[in-house]
Amino acid sequence: MQHYDTIIIGAGHNGLICATYLAKKGQRVLLLEASETLGGLAATREFHPGFKAAVAHTVSHFSAKVARDLNLTAHGFDSPMVPMPTVGLNAAGEHVVLTGIGVDAEIIGVSAEDAASYRQYRQLLQRFVELLEPFWLKTMPRVGDTRWSSLLTFAQLGLKMRLLGKQDMGEFMRLAMLPARDLMDENFDSELLKAVLSWDGLIGSKMAPRSPNASVLTLLYRMSGELGGAHAIPSGGIESLVQALYSAATASGVEVKIGARVGRILIQGNSDGLKTTGVELADGEQINAARVVSSTDPQRTFLELVGVENLEIEFTNRIRRLRCDGYVAKLHLALDGLPNFTGLAKPDGRMIIAVDMDAIEFAFDDAKYGGYSQQPVMEIVVPSLRHESLAPEGKHVLSAHVMYVPYKLKGGWTEDARAALCQRVIDTVAVYAPQIKAQILHSELLTPQDLEQTHQVTGGHWHHGELSVDQMLMMRPTYEAAQYSTPIPGLYLCGAGSHPGGGLMGGPGHNAARKILE
Amino acid sequence: MVSIIQSPLVQHDAKQVLLPSPFHPRIEQHCLVKNWMSWNGYQTARVYDTLASEYFAIRSSCSVMDLTPMEKYRISGPDALSFLNRLVVRDVSALKPNRVTYVVWCNDEGKVLDDGTIFHLHQGEYRLCSQHHQLDWLLISSLGMDVSIVEETHEVAALAVQGPTAYSVLSAAGFDGLDQLKPFGILHTQLDGFEVMVSRTGYTGDLGYELWTNPSNALALWDALFGVKQRGLYDLRCIGLDALEMVRIEAGFIMPGDDFNTAETTVRAGHDRSPFEIGLGWVVNFDKPHFTGKQALLREKDRPIERRLVKLAVEGNKPPVDSFLYDGKKGRRIGTIKTQIWSPILKANLAMADVEYRNGKLPVQIWAEIYYQKELEWQVTWAQCRISDVPFWTHPRRSATPPQNC
Ligand SMILES: Cc1cc2nc3c(=O)[nH]c(=O)nc-3n(C[C@H](O)[C@H](O)[C@H](O)COP(=O)(O)OP(=O)(O)OC[C@H]3O[C@@H](n4cnc5c(N)ncnc54)[C@H](O)[C@@H]3O)c2cc1C
Repeated sequence: MQHYDTIIIGAGHNGLICATYLAKKGQRVLLLEASETLGGLAATREFHPGFKAAVAHTVSHFSAKVARDLNLTAHGFDSPMVPMPTVGLNAAGEHVVLTGIGVDAEIIGVSAEDAASYRQYRQLLQRFVELLEPFWLKTMPRVGDTRWSSLLTFAQLGLKMRLLGKQDMGEFMRLAMLPARDLMDENFDSELLKAVLSWDGLIGSKMAPRSPNASVLTLLYRMSGELGGAHAIPSGGIESLVQALYSAATASGVEVKIGARVGRILIQGNSDGLKTTGVELADGEQINAARVVSSTDPQRTFLELVGVENLEIEFTNRIRRLRCDGYVAKLHLALDGLPNFTGLAKPDGRMIIAVDMDAIEFAFDDAKYGGYSQQPVMEIVVPSLRHESLAPEGKHVLSAHVMYVPYKLKGGWTEDARAALCQRVIDTVAVYAPQIKAQILHSELLTPQDLEQTHQVTGGHWHHGELSVDQMLMMRPTYEAAQYSTPIPGLYLCGAGSHPGGGLMGGPGHNAARKILE
Repeated sequence: MVSIIQSPLVQHDAKQVLLPSPFHPRIEQHCLVKNWMSWNGYQTARVYDTLASEYFAIRSSCSVMDLTPMEKYRISGPDALSFLNRLVVRDVSALKPNRVTYVVWCNDEGKVLDDGTIFHLHQGEYRLCSQHHQLDWLLISSLGMDVSIVEETHEVAALAVQGPTAYSVLSAAGFDGLDQLKPFGILHTQLDGFEVMVSRTGYTGDLGYELWTNPSNALALWDALFGVKQRGLYDLRCIGLDALEMVRIEAGFIMPGDDFNTAETTVRAGHDRSPFEIGLGWVVNFDKPHFTGKQALLREKDRPIERRLVKLAVEGNKPPVDSFLYDGKKGRRIGTIKTQIWSPILKANLAMADVEYRNGKLPVQIWAEIYYQKELEWQVTWAQCRISDVPFWTHPRRSATPPQNC
């Protein structure tokens, strides 16, 4: 029987990254992917003959360190990337446009006061981004652990806070849990600007502008990359990032198998306790390894692959209680030509449809009670503008993240329900791009439930589990499993459900590998 | 799959604070001093007439106690065995049908939540009896498993019949086939046309049985037993919880919640206890693949325990109520008495005590500082204590099969 040092479950970007780090250190690594494509939620797939799209459509904070460590440029990933403008759409064409990176950010379409506030706001946030910078690529201390190395991590935050100065320190403490709405109302007048700026703290989470929790922290997390919160599509598309990761993995000796669904993680128990011995594939084949690292979400990993009989009762209960219901649906349109948005020369930005924060809040209110809004809010890109091979010559792909679409719809996600939502979303887009309906060759709408099926992610959740204070940092996914190791010796986590969280960032994969190599 | 059935028998009467047991019409007649207390919400006698006569019924003739208030759960379904094996520290796979075993269960940190007994009623069907209410924990434990947990506390009437003449009394009452029933065995039988389950289990360290039946048969069962007394064959006495407390300490059985803080009720760190800390290391089975708390208990090998619950005989005749324990007369404080009784049969003060356990060793010397009153004047005295690593009292009758007919 073959024997591996490490088996990694799931070839999303985190699985690929973790595998590569381990293989580079000489480990024999087998990466098993259930589907026929690599990249997980970032996989590019054909949704209509000749038209392709990836669920994750832009990159905002992919770790520069990971790109460097794995030499991704040499493998075809263009880093740093060209940031795209973020556009707050207005039906009459009076858009708010944000360009540039970090403190050099520019703004068009708002009053001089708002523009000035925007610069100050960016500077303040940038200081906080730097404050948190050491945390994303670090293993969080274990709750109750008083060892020196753990305390050091806290000490670092303390020191960084001291360096901020008294006023900023106070501000940080105040803002960290502030609802997005209060932060925006304090700083700006333009309703459209407020909606756009709150967007990145909210998307992917079960949070709206008025929700208390950690939307500012989520925002700072997304601003942690070199793009300072701007988004980009690599010239070869999201596909080129996945391809580069795959190329780096195989170059360092990782063995990758697709169409290999893991059915069970093999665990043995004896008088020394439990031990992970390998995996069993859905077809019954067993493969041994000294350790198993799972990039699938925590609920799936523990409840399905490990099995509750191997877990402690309270731990199991915490995993079962993880909040994993996704609230983002995906719209893919195959278009006969380039869509024309009123007042935009070219739809090459990231376009947000949310006229004000109430629009976001009301859409959320509907979803909270199991419905979806008749005025859905969303983020749109036309990825084929940057990555031409996504569509046949002269044709285009429109990709939209639609909020808030509940995982559990009252009455269930029937064909009719999905079709009705799809129509509603298209109608909404058409308010800003009036000729678009005539250009549509095919449309596909993926609800969170569809994403759960197609991408093997519990709840179809963006982060594999809500990224909120109770499930963040040393609580992610839950204590006892927040340091990538788990209660079962030899079993580790490396996916978006672990610190720092989801998005195309690579933190969990990087941190898990470092923990394993410790 | 989890179901909870609410009993039709338990109807709440607003004027009735405590629930009457199915035996209550008879109990009420026997209970002369009306010294009631609540046991899991049931109206339960602390004492029926005099403590001494109840105690001696257990030790020298035959006692009857209403066990109905004890928490009972029916556990069945395809995953019943793996559910139990994950729940308790003992290996339940070894428990054959018609056998009973004593168990404890722990939280993730390996701290004891409660103790109880598992009855393997029929192949794959179990009853768990526990000291305290455990439904929440059992339901949480069942998530993700195909097992049914049904609380049946109110659906099963139970009596304990304990003492040297227990076998004779039951035989005289009409129970057949008890001669071959071994300790911890179960017999499904009939009495006057109704079903009764008899288990050879108890808490006295002597011969004893527990009888389990549908509440509708409760009074018939009671009358069959006390008919033996009426016919002048054997004496039989009801006993209350105070007499039980005496014999359970003599027999060395611990009481969660009294002798140690259960994990669920512990607020401050370090005040809960692992099985090893309460002297129940022998029920922990590290060989089975997994149970909740196993990893934490394995870690105790590296980080040895620092406290131990011990059985303590205390010299003299002053009751060491709540006494502090010292490593010498006026020495360093090393522990406290948790529960204590005067044992008439052994003529000694017996206690359960929590003491320091250093480097894997029990204290060499233990002295109790005892406060007592003389005509309302407080006095203090010192008494030397001796740890007993076996039950203070037991009798060969307890395990002889067939039981001696006396
Ligand atoms: C609708 C939506 C839109 C998003 N848009 C963006 C975006 O624009 N930009 C951005 O940065 N982030 C975006 N995200 C978030 C981002 O895509 C994810 O957080 C990230 O891709 C997670 O990566 P991962 O490697 O941790 O897990 P995944 O990408 O989910 O990979 C896990 C892999 O494990 C495999 N797997 C599961 N079970 C098994 C099994 N039993 N055996 C073998 N393999 C298995 C899966 O098939 C999958 O390939 C979006 C998320 C959603 C849901």
